This record gives sequence, C-alpha cells and structure tokens, in this order.
Amino acid sequence: MKVELTVNGKDITADVEDRMLLVHFLRDVADLTATNIGCETTSCGACTVLLDGESVKSCTVLAAQADGHSITTLEGLASDSGEMHPVQKAFHTEHGLQCGYCTPGMVMAIVSLLKENPSPTEADVRSGLEGNICRCTGYHNIVQAALVAAASNTVSSNTVSSNTVSSNTVSSNTVSSNTVSSNTVSSNTEAGK
Amino acid sequence: MIPPSFTYVRASSVDEALSLAAEHGEDAKYLAGGHSLLPLIKLRMASPAVLIDLGRITELSYIRDEGTHVAIGALTRHHDVATSAVLAADIPLLAHTAGEVGDPQIRHRGTIGGSVAHGDSASDLPATLLALDATFVIRGELGIRSVPATEFFKSIFETAIEPGELLTEIQVPKPATPAAWSFQKFTKRAIDWAIVGVAVQGTSVALISMGMTPLRATAVESALASGASIADAAALAADGTSAGSDIHGSKAYREHLARVLVRRGLEEAASRS
Amino acid sequence: MSILGTRVIRTEDPRLLTSGGVYVDDLREPELAGAVRATFVRSPVAHALITGIDTSEALAQPGVVAVLTVADMTDMPDQVPPEPLPEGSPPPEGPMPLGGVWSEPLLAVDRVRFVGEPVALVLTDSTYQGEDAAELVSVEYDQLTAVPSIDAALTGETLLFPEAGTNVCTKGLGDISDDSIFDGCEVIVEGDVLNQRVAVVPMEGRSTAAAWVNGKLTVWTSTQNAQIARLILTAIGLPPDAIRVVAPDVGGGFGAKIGVDRESIIVAWAAKHTGRPVRWVETRSENLVSMTQGRAQQHHVKIGGSKDGHIKAYRLDVVQDTGAYPRMSGFLPMLTNLMAPGVYDIPAVQAAYKVVVTDGTPVAAYRGAGRPEAAATIERAVDWYAAEAGLDPAVVRKLNFIRPEQFPFVTKTGAPYDTGDYESALDKVLDAAGYAELRAEQQRRRDAGDTKQLGIGLASYVEITAADAGAGETAKVEVHDDGTATVYTGSSAHGQGHHTAFAMIVTAELGIPMDKIEVIHGDTDLIPDGIGTYASRSLQLGGSAVQKAAIEVKDEAAKRAAELFEAAEADVVLDAETGIWHIAGDPDKSLTWSQVASAADEGLIVANVRFTADRPTFPFGSQLSLVEVDVETGKVTLLRHVTADDAGPVLNPILLDGQRHGGIAQGAAQALCEEILYDDDGNPLTSTLADYAAITAAELPSFELLRSETPTPVNPMGVKGIGEAGTIGATPAVHNAVIDAVSHLGVRHIDMPMTPERVWTAIQQGGAKKVSAE
Repeated sequence: MKVELTVNGKDITADVEDRMLLVHFLRDVADLTATNIGCETTSCGACTVLLDGESVKSCTVLAAQADGHSITTLEGLASDSGEMHPVQKAFHTEHGLQCGYCTPGMVMAIVSLLKENPSPTEADVRSGLEGNICRCTGYHNIVQAALVAAASNTVSSNTVSSNTVSSNTVSSNTVSSNTVSSNTVSSNTEAGK
Repeated sequence: MIPPSFTYVRASSVDEALSLAAEHGEDAKYLAGGHSLLPLIKLRMASPAVLIDLGRITELSYIRDEGTHVAIGALTRHHDVATSAVLAADIPLLAHTAGEVGDPQIRHRGTIGGSVAHGDSASDLPATLLALDATFVIRGELGIRSVPATEFFKSIFETAIEPGELLTEIQVPKPATPAAWSFQKFTKRAIDWAIVGVAVQGTSVALISMGMTPLRATAVESALASGASIADAAALAADGTSAGSDIHGSKAYREHLARVLVRRGLEEAASRS
Repeated sequence: MSILGTRVIRTEDPRLLTSGGVYVDDLREPELAGAVRATFVRSPVAHALITGIDTSEALAQPGVVAVLTVADMTDMPDQVPPEPLPEGSPPPEGPMPLGGVWSEPLLAVDRVRFVGEPVALVLTDSTYQGEDAAELVSVEYDQLTAVPSIDAALTGETLLFPEAGTNVCTKGLGDISDDSIFDGCEVIVEGDVLNQRVAVVPMEGRSTAAAWVNGKLTVWTSTQNAQIARLILTAIGLPPDAIRVVAPDVGGGFGAKIGVDRESIIVAWAAKHTGRPVRWVETRSENLVSMTQGRAQQHHVKIGGSKDGHIKAYRLDVVQDTGAYPRMSGFLPMLTNLMAPGVYDIPAVQAAYKVVVTDGTPVAAYRGAGRPEAAATIERAVDWYAAEAGLDPAVVRKLNFIRPEQFPFVTKTGAPYDTGDYESALDKVLDAAGYAELRAEQQRRRDAGDTKQLGIGLASYVEITAADAGAGETAKVEVHDDGTATVYTGSSAHGQGHHTAFAMIVTAELGIPMDKIEVIHGDTDLIPDGIGTYASRSLQLGGSAVQKAAIEVKDEAAKRAAELFEAAEADVVLDAETGIWHIAGDPDKSLTWSQVASAADEGLIVANVRFTADRPTFPFGSQLSLVEVDVETGKVTLLRHVTADDAGPVLNPILLDGQRHGGIAQGAAQALCEEILYDDDGNPLTSTLADYAAITAAELPSFELLRSETPTPVNPMGVKGIGEAGTIGATPAVHNAVIDAVSHLGVRHIDMPMTPERVWTAIQQGGAKKVSAE
C-alpha cells in the first residue's frame, strides 16, 4: 500500500508491503540507518524514534499505522544549522555511548522523557529507560547525560531542536563526576518497583 | 522478526470496523496500539490474514467524567490514562496501573482496550479493572451490550468479546474512597511482566498471574467482610487460585507472594484512606 | 602538561551521535548493491540425526535465489582435522577448537547437537522474503536423547560424539587428589558453586556481508579482529591475499565476536559460491541460541585455614560446560585454574578442570573469559571461611593478601603477578563506603527484625590481561606533509574509544593536535597484520605499539629537522606541547611538522612497528556492593556499588570509567538476574530478551569509582588492561552482599543468579547448609 510519512521534516511517499515495519521503512525506504534493530520482542528500545513527538518503538509500529504522521529520528535531532540537541551534546560530554548501537534509541527515548518530565530525578530517568537496553555503558553515564541535558534547561517542549545556550563545559559542574575520586550521584535509587 | 504477509485495512469509524470484521470473518484481527498483537505476529505465533487498523478512530479515545463513573474509550492510550487529571482525582488506582504497563514507549502506543481485549492474565490493567468492578461496553453488528468485569475474562487470551465484536468503552465506577488503593506489581526486573501482582481498591482485591484470568481474591474479601484483620485475610490470598510454574516463578512461590502482596496492598490502601 | 591522564571526550562521538554508527546492516558499499539476504534454517531440536532435507517448496517461493545445504559445499576444501596429539601430550589449552573427533561442521552434516544449529541457508532478494522461505525448508529429524546439563553429560549415557566414546572432551593435568594439604586446618569449608551460563547480548548481533569480485572476496563483518577473521576465512579455500576483511562499526563484542564463527564462514562461502553479494544479520532470537555464550562452569571447592583467619589450603575443581562443540578446548577453565587463588598468598593450592560437551549453545569467551569464574568462587570461599571462623570478611581478606613487598609474585598455580597493592584498594573502598557505619546499620536492622535487610559484599580480585602478550600488536604512524598524522592500529575498537586514546598517545609524543590525527583500524587491506581487541590487551599492547611507532617517527623526523636546520641531531628538540621543532638554545629557528615531513622522502615520515611484551599484566581491585533484601519476598535491590579498580596509570579517565561501568553492570547482572536455561529436552527457555533478563538501568545504581594507579614494569607506559576487571570484581561483590544480607537467618550460600525466588527459598531453608564445614 501507499504510505506517506513526514520524516525529519521531509515528506516521503512509498509503496510498501502492508506488513512493513516502521523501522524498516526508516532504514530501507527513507535510507536513515541510524535507527537500529536489537530484538524482536519490543524489549530493547534500540529502534526508538519519535512519532508525533512521542517516543515509540518503531519495530512495533507498522509503516501503515504511521502513514500521515511525523517521525523524528536521530538524524533529525540536530538543529538546521547542525548544532547538536542538548541530549546529543550531553551524551558527548558525559561519555554516554561506547559502541553506539543502542545510542539512537537511548537519545530519542530521553528526548521524549525530558519533554514530559523536564526535571526528572535519577530514579525517574532510570525507570524511564527500563525499555532501553545498553550492554556497554552500565547506564551510569547515560543517566548522567539525561540529568545534564535536563539541567542545561534548554529542552523546549514544543520543538525537538532547541535554542541552546552552548554549554561549553567538558565536564559539567552540576551532576557529573569530578576528576579526583568518587563519582557519587544520589544513590537513593528505587531500582525496580 | 518479520511478520508473515497480511492485508492491512483501515477503519475510520466503529461502524466501518464492524463491517470490515464481518466481511473478513475469522481471518481478521483488530489492530489497536499493536503492542500486544504485533509482537506475536513478529514471532509468527499469530498470523491473521487481515489486520483492521482502528488507529484512526479518534472518537474512541476519551476519558469522561460521567458522575458516578468514568468512561474511557477503548482506544485511549496508556499514557493518557496514566496522566489523566480526572483519573488522578477519582480513580488513582487506574491511573497508576496504566503507568506501570511496559515502558514509556509502549505506553505511548498501547491502548487500554487493546490490552484488555488481548486477555493476558499477566497483564496489569485487567486485574485493576476487575478490582474496580468495571463494565465493558461491546458493540457488534447486533447492537451494544455491557459485560461486567467478573464475566469479561474467560480464560487466557479469551474474553467475552465474540468474533467480529468491538470493545468500545470501559466504564469504571468511582470508588467511595479513591485514595484507598494499592498496586503491588512484583517483578524481577522493572520491565518484566508481573510474577504476581495485586490491585487493591478499598477491600476489593484482584490478582495478576494467579490463574488463567485475573482473579478476585474472594476468600480475602469475604474474610475482610466478616471482620478479619488484614493479616488474617491476606493469608487466604492463594485460596481458589491456580497459579502456574514457569521460569519466572514456581506455583508455591507465587502463592506465597500473593499472600505477602495482598497483605501489603491492603495495608497500603488502608494507610492512604 | 601532557594530555595523557586528562579527560578528553571522544573523537568518535560526533558522528555516532548525529548520523549514527555504520554497522554491517547499514553498509551501502557499491559492492553490496543488489546483495541477497541470508536467512538460516536452524535446528528446532537439541540432539537429532538429520534424515532428510527438502528444499523444493522453499525454492519455489518468490525472491528465492538459492537454498544451500552441506550438499552444496563440494567446492569447499576438505577441512583437514589436526593431527592427533602424541601420547602424553599436555591437553590443548589454547583458544582454538579441539577439532578431530570433536570437529564442528559449517552447515550441519548428518546430525544436530543444539537447538539453533544452522542446517541450511536461504538466499532471497529481500529481507522480508527470507523468513517466509526459510519456514518452508523441510528438515526431517530423528530425535536422540538430549544431554541438557553437565550432570547428564558426565553420566555418559548419551554421547554427543559417539566416536569419542565420552562427553569429556579434554581435561587439565592438575592433581587434586592429595587431601593432606588440609591437615591441621582448624576451619575447613567445602561446597559447590555454580557459575551459571549467561548470554553475551551485544546490542548488535552477529552480522556479515560478503562480495566476490574479480577473484577477491571482501567480507564486512562485526568482529573484534579483522586479521584473525581473515585467517579463519581461508577455510573456504582462498589464500589470505584473496580476502579482504573489514570491520565497520561494531555494536559490542565482549569476546563473542573474536574472529568469525561458522555462520560468517558460510555467508562468505555463499557469496563466492553464488557470485552474488550476500548480507546476513542475525535476529535476537538467533543470537540468544547460536552466538557463543559465557561462563557455564560448575565448581567444587574446599578451603581450609586456622581459626584466627590464615588460609592454608584451597582446592578448586572445575567442570566446564562447553556446549555442543568445544570451540576453545581447555582455554577457559585453564585460566580459571591459573587464577584460582586470586589475591591471596595461600601456601597450598590445587586446581583441576575437565570440559564436557552438552547439547547447549557452544561456550566461548565472554568478558573475563575464565577469570570471573575464578574470582567468583575464591571470593565466596573466603566468605564461607570467614563466616565459619566467626571473623569479619574484610579482616580475613587483609590477613591473607599478597603484600606489596612480595611482588613480583608467582602464585602456586603459576601466575606471575607483576605489581599490586591489594590492601590499599580494599581500604579505599571500605573507607569510601563507610564500612563501619554500614555494619552498624545492618546490625540495627537485624535487631529490629526489619523486612528489608542490608547486605554488604566484598570482592577483592586480580586478573590477567594481555594473556597473549607475546603476540603483541602492530601500529603504523604516518606524518604527512600537511602536518596531519594517520595511525593504523591492529587493535579493533568496538566501543572502547581507541581512536581517542591512541590519538592522545600521538599528541603526547609528537605534539600534533588531536583534530589533526586520524586513527584507522579493522581493514586487512590497510592493516594486513594485527591481532585485535580482546583480553583487555589494547592499551598495553596496541597503545604501546602506537607509542613506539610515534617515537620512531619522532627520531626519524629529528634527522630531517637537523638537516633542515643544518645542525647536529643532538641539538634538535621537539616541543611536545606545541609540535614545534627547535634547536636547543635558539628560539628564533623553528620548524613545523608540515615543514619537516615535506622534507622527507615522498613527504611522509612513517614508522611501522610491532610491540610485544614478555608477559601479561595483572590489574586488581576491590569492590563493595551494598544491597537491600526484602526477606519476605527475596527481592534484591542494589543500593550502592563502590569500586577501586587498578590498571596502572590512567590514560583517559573518561574511557577508563566507562569500561568500569560497563563491566560492573555485566558482573552485577550475572549475580542478580541473568541465566540461560534449558528444559530437560535441551530446548532453550530464555531465547528472547523478554525471557532472558538482560539488566536495565532500573536495576542498577550509579557507581562510585575510586582511583588507584599501580604501574607495571611490563611496558613503557606502565599500563594494564581495564576492560574486563569491572565484571570480574562485580559478580562476587553482589553475590556476597546478598548472602550477607540473610546470613543471620542461617543462609550460607545461594547460587547465582539470585532471583527473588532463589533468595526466598534459601531463607526458608536457612540453617539447612549447602556447604559443609568441619
């Protein structure tokens, strides 16, 4: 069937099999390969994108269901002038990625999370990411990145790309680690419910 | 990973959905949020020939305060149920439960109707709706009928919805003391299905994963009604249940958990009221 | 000030964060245009004879290009099995398949030995057609009795390899028969410790694409070493120079992507056989049943010592479940035996191992590869011993640590520890955690009978990195006439940040800024000779090689600069901060790298080196886990995790801590929630991520990392490897913590993973000891 999706601001029309998953539409039709596939059971979150501004697992949405809707992937997150979104920046400064495979899904999940909860606690971030699996980082720096991005206070709730005051710190002062000894973030974590 | 082929058709109204279902018969399944059905199809554990997408039927997405009860359209997404101001005030148990389903991404897509119609006894919402004595409004070609929660869940993956019928609305009576609620979802990891779960509203208690359907803990409720203490009533939590054993929990452990979680749920609900 | 030791954010990140990594499935190389998609048909049964394969229905499906079975592989050279070892030879202990009667085929020949074993390969025009066609390949199986566990394998009732006459495929020479080492021990504890089978779960599964063009096979594969992958791929009958292997971005490896395994060889062969480019990307379900898995050892342990806390004797008997095919001979349990006594100076140590085949997924390296198993068990044993002697586990550890003045120290098992300061690491952790206050709080909760009890778990560990130090690593450094530099490394990063680390080394030596340095890895056309990234070897071997090459470049450049200055070489000086060449004492004359390189032959200064070390190194540390256990349900919550991991001088704290974090998470996961399970027929029960409990952010706290830097004399930078250390220490720390939380209820041991039900069951049985003490 014919579907028309707006992906990262661009309209894409294609004739696809009814069974085509949104993630394959994005990767193979729209040729945006940042979004990755990590499982078949909607468990890992690597395929997370924004559908009408909300995080969804694109492996569990049909392209047909997304017909007429707007999708944002990692590739569409930076501003038109190429400036990284605060979440992307925070991942960079906080070393929130290693192999990079889970990263697009993590970033999009956090963008959505911060839109809905602009000042999350560490526990909010951790439970908000329970549907995103990372094997490399142990999540510590991913959580840091989310909190740093939130604290940078430039995440707009209406648009995905924000007007950022450049947070030009290599190691930010608010919640990330100091260089000398321990890396303590509030450890009153309600890990699991 | 890859679904088997199917034909996708789209309904833009309830009537259209019903007539498409009638047209395609047993070969067709409704597609709501898709987060119960599509995972099965992707694993090739289900292969309907036709999917009828209900996603455009915006008229079925609502949460309305109707005085004595709240009416929720079947296609209302978990996220909207979880963040509803009406429910937060009048039925916090339901808002909270919806916020426990899956993860944020799943909650942005999955619907209350889709989850309930799927009939998985390990799901969160069925037990809560059972504890709340909800009524399920079902439309078919022959008209509308209402089914109380106690008759809605028949067996695992089997509800009172007949082939071709469509769940359109869930009516949830407002509890006398909204704050007297508790939801005890016991998992190994936060993202897991409940090994055992308990939904409490006042002295109504429902169990997740203790049988082929969500179950009211009737022995507990009777004991409470005859004046038993919470501790004594909770000790009966496993009575009348038929928990299974699998890699996530043995029957004996589930029965033990039921007793503990019912006690904790009743204590928490009491402390809030 | 040198850039080394400073926090430098990764040069890899901007690309990964904006356009995303390019993994095998993302490649759009022209050679792969029109590539067919590969879908494997796999055995649904654990142990069976194959009595027939009917591909006709599948062949008739739309888009099917070929359906290949072993019958089509007649153009493969015969796989010559290795010569049998002469009588009396030591057991094969290298990370190589045992071969011989234990040989593993590519596509299954006449029998299958695990659920998921590849039987046929379907090639289709598109991905979506693949599963449709694969479903229609009809294979007839004559089922045999399963061998689903170590116990079943040891009975020998059903043999997976009848020709071998046994399921025990190799065993070590360690002698554990002499019980007299325990004579005179006032406290003796003996018991069984399970180190359960776990899955590796890299977020990107295995993936390989191949194209056969003009007599050359190019293979893009998600690997930890392109050069070794190429060697393995010669099995399809091509010499190395007819094969090019490229490692694109790799989405995690953790040891399970060393080289390539049978599916990738089949895919490469299929490209040559059909003349069409082929791309294979496994699904997660395939990954969870047919990518190699980790650990899977059963231990029997005995520890003995004096009443006042001095350990006198330790015995470790290991049975390794290697799954259906012994891909790593005795390598893993050999390392477990080698590292058996850990950080302790124990006068008498005995260690033995045997390896059995079972009808499970083959087992191979997984983050730590044999060493986590050793640490997990010695740390349990020390806690058993401490509990039996009524002593604080921290005190017992300190009493028995190898002391700093004893280094270099060769253990009773032959491990040559280079440097260490075990007590200092433990003290750091105890201090940062507030050990005394934690014990006080624990006691308060015990006295009050709280539902949520506190557990404090200690783990002191040492591990072996760069175990293959002699193989070394290669590096080529070039400085170009425009003043930029290129580094070619045999290391093969898959998330470790080598491009940043190795550029830092070049900057430190040559003063060329980071943004003018490009680091290249993973392409055998550009780097024909290299070893790769595993065994935590990359910084100490790969980084040392880069440093060595940079120094040679500097020495060569000094000659050029001297010529240009018309001065003596001895008077020429490079300011490593600015990258400017001077004459000593003459600030007016200077040259840039661009000028110096332009004066060299072909405008290029290059050094191509191999760095080898004469022995491995031994990072170490202590970790403390603080947990809360709900004694009514058995649920465990990880509250804090404090570590002091010491791998010598720190090149880049950001990269170091990232490796520690990731390691801790995987280690904690094994203790807490992850396990691969089979039913009695050998059917996998944990073959999706819904059932296999890969740990998430919601189960973990943020970690508290303390710095400790004890150099090694083994290489010029003094560095050891950190990649696996976090995992090795974390598992026993969490394991010990949970048991500590309920020890007052009579619990002495709980097997991993400590799921709520296991913990609750142990509490119910409290007092019914699973370990015996004399």
